Amino acid sequence: MGKIEWAMWANEQALASGLIYLTGGIVGVAGQLKGWEYAAFGIAAGVFVCLLEYPRSKRAKGTNYERTGQYCFTVCVKAFGPLTSNYYVRAFLHAALCVPGGFMLATVLGCVCLGMASLIYLSAAIHGEHWQPIMPKSEPAKSVTQSIKHPPQNPPPRPPAEMRRKRAEDLESAAYVNPLPVTANE
Amino acid sequence: MGNWIVNHGLDTFILVVWMGINIFLFVHFYLFYDLGPQFFYTRQLLGSALAWARAPAAVLNFNCMLILLPVCRNLLSLIRGSFVCCGRTMRKQLDKNLSFHKLVAYMIALMTAVHTVAHLLNVEWFINSRHGRYGFLAGNLSALEDDEDDHETFLNPVQSDSTTPTIFAFTTIAGLTGVVITLALILIITSSMEVIRRSYFEVFWYTHHLFIVFFAGLVFHGYGRIVRSQVTTDPPHNTTFCKDQPENWGKIPECPIPQFAGGFPQTWMWVIGPMVIYLCERLLRFVRYLQTVRYKKIVMHPSKVLELQLLKSGFKMDVGQYVFLNCPEISQLEWHPFTMTSAPEEDFFTVHIRSAGDWTDRLIKMVENLPEGSQGPKMGVDGPFGTASEDVFDYEVSMLVGAGIGVTPFASILKSIWYKFKDSNPKLRTRKIYFYWLCRETHAFEWFADLLQVLEKEMEERGMRDFLIYKLYLTGWDHTHAAQVMVNFDKDTDVITGLKQKTHYGRPNWDKEFEQVRHENPSSVVGTFLCGPPALATDLERRCVKYSDVDPRKTKFYFNKENF
Repeated sequence: MGKIEWAMWANEQALASGLIYLTGGIVGVAGQLKGWEYAAFGIAAGVFVCLLEYPRSKRAKGTNYERTGQYCFTVCVKAFGPLTSNYYVRAFLHAALCVPGGFMLATVLGCVCLGMASLIYLSAAIHGEHWQPIMPKSEPAKSVTQSIKHPPQNPPPRPPAEMRRKRAEDLESAAYVNPLPVTANE
Repeated sequence: MGNWIVNHGLDTFILVVWMGINIFLFVHFYLFYDLGPQFFYTRQLLGSALAWARAPAAVLNFNCMLILLPVCRNLLSLIRGSFVCCGRTMRKQLDKNLSFHKLVAYMIALMTAVHTVAHLLNVEWFINSRHGRYGFLAGNLSALEDDEDDHETFLNPVQSDSTTPTIFAFTTIAGLTGVVITLALILIITSSMEVIRRSYFEVFWYTHHLFIVFFAGLVFHGYGRIVRSQVTTDPPHNTTFCKDQPENWGKIPECPIPQFAGGFPQTWMWVIGPMVIYLCERLLRFVRYLQTVRYKKIVMHPSKVLELQLLKSGFKMDVGQYVFLNCPEISQLEWHPFTMTSAPEEDFFTVHIRSAGDWTDRLIKMVENLPEGSQGPKMGVDGPFGTASEDVFDYEVSMLVGAGIGVTPFASILKSIWYKFKDSNPKLRTRKIYFYWLCRETHAFEWFADLLQVLEKEMEERGMRDFLIYKLYLTGWDHTHAAQVMVNFDKDTDVITGLKQKTHYGRPNWDKEFEQVRHENPSSVVGTFLCGPPALATDLERRCVKYSDVDPRKTKFYFNKENF
């Protein structure tokens, strides 16, 4: 168990907020509620937050819990470097994104949830955490051993000794000695 | 199919009943609000969103009633105790309490989403009706106000032209409590995701206490009586006739002004019972916390394992049960579950605590710094609570599978068997026990190997070697291990555990094991008990089904799992 990593909770909260923001936005736009422009922003912000938060960070210690198929998202999020890995940036980004949601009822829940996620991220940042990509473990390259210096000249399966006979047409190239005298087929 | 019924019949039955009630409630209330003549005028304002809001509300009531019950562990213990007569299938259901809790929670989350979206639209449409955007009838209905002199009662709760949805949501009881409890619910859900629950238990545990806010808000949510229905007047107001001439309402005798009243809030009736039960549960936990617990012995094992031997008056345990411990010097609120490792035949109970997190680390540090001969820190003990493994002796043959830390409950079982042997207890129905211990590294559980060693010696002395067959599987091993094993191949005892039974390397081949058990016990009822990871549980459960025979005379496997 060990030390609490606030960012893990913040991540769950932010992902959920993204979905709620998105849902609120869809309801607002589809229902053409008053002030649906904010709802349209909500859709965009919700999708953006979901994409940003989908790849889970590597934990400081212990097992990593990857989300299904998060690898390609991880690569994208990683590409932005410190912009996405610094939790202060995330906290302020979420705080900024949540503001327009407060202007209409449909997106209010998404707004407050994202605000909470921002606060949790702030606490994560204060505790000195930062986002780290979970990359697949690179398989250690198998060193080709030099143990086999001389490959067997007569590889298995080998017939029992009394059955061994060289092919009469190629007596020189065979590795073993004939236990029985061999003649060509008569 | 037959095998499947043997193992999953009751589970599925309970699920079907629960789902059936949910569907019934949804459909019943949907039709009630969608077709009911008393809601005709309400529907003029809200359309089908009325039914879409009320039907989930009914399902929510039902599920909020259920959600507290599976977490009342003392209540479950009580029920388990009174079900002794009803067979083990019934009692086994009680071990799935947390799965049921989660299932109900998912339903609550889903229904909350539907309910919230529907009410979102309702608020908007109330305001639109007020502004006359939905025609004359809706506008007229919205204009009705509470007025004693004109004998008017309002239908539209939006009574001001300047109200916006946001203002409405934050100034009405229903709106405000709704927003607050939905937020509480969201925080509860996000903090109880598996990754948080398993890794940062404290976050999960403290955030879950927002349920107090949730239930407080829930009880008052319907208090404002915002959804209103038409009440019968004398002379009656005939909607089919009058709906086309709202300008004549109150002027012609056929169409008096329609009267409306709010629905009686029902949610509190659904949830008050479980709330009281849960309160009793918490009170009982508090009483347990106050009872004195004395230390008999504190043993510090190597590899950071702490053994506490505790005494508490009136404490009676069964095999495989667990207790919740609370150490107020570490945290007043947190209760942590620990499996007891002592047998019921002993006059004290023990727990083995491995250093695994903040709480356990602090406890171990505290105990290590104790002055010689003094009592340990104050400890609250709640329990014991039963899980499936107390049924071990009811099966003729038991297959016990412990993975890693999951061997702990089996310590108690094996010890108890040892005592029952000594007294030749007639209650011992078990003829044979297969014990599998899968472990990544045995260092953390050296104390357990000690126990097995004692047991092994005892059984040998009594000539009962066949009774207990145990197999150890070391899943994490490397070449140094292998080399050591090769060197010691001829020795009588295992290099790692010092036991007669040699350790296996790698994972067990379950098909082979099940086949062997079936072969050796052709007509027995076999109980399979697992304390380990869920992946292994699904694996074993599937095999239990696969190797069971519908024929009652042949081998049957029952699967049991400990939940932590």
